[in-house]
Amino acid sequence: MMERDLVSLFEDIKARKPEAFNQFFRQVEKRVYSFGVKVCGDREDARDIMQETLLQAFRSLPGLQFTDSTALNVWLYRVARNSCLMMRRKGKYEPERELSLEEFMPAKEHEGHPMQIPDWSRLPDEALMEKEIGDVIRRATLSLPYEYRLVLVLRDMEQLTTREVADILEISEQNVKIRLHRARLSLRQALTEKLAGERLRQAAD
Amino acid sequence: MSDRQMDCREMFARLSEYLDGELDEDLCQCFDSHMRDCEPCLAFLATLKKTVELCRSASDAEPALARFGPEEIALFESAYEKARQAQAS
Repeated sequence: MMERDLVSLFEDIKARKPEAFNQFFRQVEKRVYSFGVKVCGDREDARDIMQETLLQAFRSLPGLQFTDSTALNVWLYRVARNSCLMMRRKGKYEPERELSLEEFMPAKEHEGHPMQIPDWSRLPDEALMEKEIGDVIRRATLSLPYEYRLVLVLRDMEQLTTREVADILEISEQNVKIRLHRARLSLRQALTEKLAGERLRQAAD
Repeated sequence: MSDRQMDCREMFARLSEYLDGELDEDLCQCFDSHMRDCEPCLAFLATLKKTVELCRSASDAEPALARFGPEEIALFESAYEKARQAQAS
């Protein structure tokens, strides 16, 4: 079903149209929950985050005005991100660390042999679409440092723009780009470990 | 600028911006011409691109969400209603 524009649904709530609240709620719930699961990896935490976020959201909504749905979306993700942060402060997540470009740079030429980068992108779709590839991605995402994980989830999974992510996280667009690139490099490395070794070796035999 | 030679290291730092179409045209041309002759960079780029695609499809394949029931929604609606009344008064 096509999703309705959030701002127009919000206008309907204000105009007290029947069913408007329900429709608005369903759309917002989906977005917040999907974000929570991807960032925390834990369904129970995601549900707590969703509950906390939605409560916060509905308490402040009457006093807010949005020019367009991008603004409403940014606001919603910002509330969700703050709820994730509260959850994180409860202490079961690892401390923050930085990812450097160097740790993902391919090794230089080795004893005169040219650098070899296994190109697993050409593997058949069946190999790439397996459920275990999804698991590798989920695990690699969850092992990213928190600030990098947020950027990757918002940009590559929730498919928001660089500008929107910068607004949600209150950092510069340049910073979003830097974190996104390193997060992607880290996921690529996890996929390479899974795909390049095993399968390309099999192909060469 | 477009005649500028880029080394692999410099390219490496900006591959995501290249993939996302966020580089200016001159720099983009530098990338294109480097990619024509540099097999390792090309393979790296292809696998990075695939990583982003796989990330999107893994995200789309997330199982259905745990939805709140009508009674819980009514609680959220009453939180909204209370806040609205407080705002109005």
